[in-house]
Amino acid sequence: MKFRGKIIDIACLNHFSRVVTTISKLTKMCVLRLTPDNLFFVLSGKVANGGVGMWCELLQANFFDEYQMEGVSSEFNEICLEVTPENLSRALKTVQNAKYVKIKLTRKHCPCLTIAAELPTLSSVSRVVTHDVPVDIIPKSLWHEFKEPSIPDFDVSIYLPPLKTLKNVVDRMKNLSNFLLIEANMNGEMKLKIQTDLVSVTTHFKDLGNPPWGEDSSQDGGPSHSRDPEDMAEARVDIRKLQQFLMGQQVNPSKAMCNLVHRNVVHLVVLHEDVSLQYFVPAVA
Amino acid sequence: MPLSTQSQAEEEQYVLVANLDNARNLSNILKAIGFKDHAIFTATPNGLKVTVEDSKCVQANAFIQADIFQKFTIKEDLVALQVNLTVLLDCLNIFGGSTVAGISTALRMCYRGYGYPLTLFLEEGGVVTVCKINTEEPEEPIDFDFCSSNVTNKVILQSESLKEAFSELDMTSEVLQITMSPSQPYFRLSTFGNSGSAHYDYSKDSDMMELFRCNETQTNRYKMSLLKPSTKALALSCKVSVRTDSRGFLSLQYLVRNDDGQICFVEFFCCPDVEVDEDL
Repeated sequence: MKFRGKIIDIACLNHFSRVVTTISKLTKMCVLRLTPDNLFFVLSGKVANGGVGMWCELLQANFFDEYQMEGVSSEFNEICLEVTPENLSRALKTVQNAKYVKIKLTRKHCPCLTIAAELPTLSSVSRVVTHDVPVDIIPKSLWHEFKEPSIPDFDVSIYLPPLKTLKNVVDRMKNLSNFLLIEANMNGEMKLKIQTDLVSVTTHFKDLGNPPWGEDSSQDGGPSHSRDPEDMAEARVDIRKLQQFLMGQQVNPSKAMCNLVHRNVVHLVVLHEDVSLQYFVPAVA
Repeated sequence: MPLSTQSQAEEEQYVLVANLDNARNLSNILKAIGFKDHAIFTATPNGLKVTVEDSKCVQANAFIQADIFQKFTIKEDLVALQVNLTVLLDCLNIFGGSTVAGISTALRMCYRGYGYPLTLFLEEGGVVTVCKINTEEPEEPIDFDFCSSNVTNKVILQSESLKEAFSELDMTSEVLQITMSPSQPYFRLSTFGNSGSAHYDYSKDSDMMELFRCNETQTNRYKMSLLKPSTKALALSCKVSVRTDSRGFLSLQYLVRNDDGQICFVEFFCCPDVEVDEDL
């Protein structure tokens, strides 16, 4: 099992560090899956995580100038590591202006992702900073838990309003209640509702648009055909989980959408040019 | 459901309707008195008074005159209601309370009458939020019986100078002692904290002193913990009037200019802590 990568371009480095920071806001622990072409940050929707799931996909070629990996075997050419994204993020933040950054899987006292960076100096002597971030190697027998989640058979798919607006509203609602009801339909309308003994608040978004899920999508017929466009699908979620997702978003995505499975799950998808992030929030009764 | 298209019939159900182009003009001034959860709203054709009290010793009133609102319709001489102020402030700032010029939250506040919730319609950038805040049984605000005819001493200061003093006050002191006198030291703030006593004097000829009308020497102490909430109003204000009456009750009136340059008032009443012998 081998992995080494090198990032020279400072823009790529910053971008990579932003992605890792976003992940660190979403979860304490996650799995980093390395394949010859991709890096994946994965959180499987287990009860221990409160049912929240995450899938973040990066093309290695968009970030790394050099990228070599050798999986557990030629048949299973992958590496699966359990990491604390906060630690990775902290290490990457300190090497923001490096001439290059090397990321390597090493065995020190325990398996580590070693981040070595050459920092600029005024003298001729170079300065290399090394961070060892401990990781756990995940045995092949457990890999099945970290496969790409299938897109749920949703009832409604809708584009999200500007994430900043959404964040403001959700932040305030969080002050007032622990649970939030999301409603949306295929007519581009979405409502966020809270209700407590003291107050009920409903925010109405309209003209959001519904993503076209074509015939070639995994949906059989898509959600829209048989459904009355006015008909609302709903899911009640823990506000903190939604807030966490919104807090992590540092850059405005090119596309952000929400897929609702009625009273079951909220599936949030954020697409950047070269990064895609999916986030699953389970509905509560 | 834009704010403008609400039907006339719906409008007629309400005893109170108040529209504001910029909800910050209301939320800012309410923040200044937001030191307790319960706020008593008293609306009259003149405008809105919002009262917050603590420990039966301090009372804050925010006055928002009817002409601050773009529309202010009231069907009764007096409408009283009580709501949770923290909840109301979260609702008013539901879109984040942007301070960016050109972006503001429009507000329509409606009340149908006793037993009904206070309904807020807020709109920003085409997004509408409807809040229904349940009302509480309105309490009778304490009457501090502070009349201008009983005022012994009065000074009006530029808030700037009082802000400076308040930021330097020794907060380890349990009380703030205010001395007002026709002779030296004229206007003095004193604290008695862990590291000793401190006095902050204002000369009566200071540029910061807009008006100085003191008839007799008066020294009163006020609990710091009761006065502290008033610093929020002080921070917003441009002028402050400090008055004491013959019983030693303190009135602080803050003149607050909102985003649109209109003027509102916030008034604090505080009862004195311990009687101080004037000969001391």
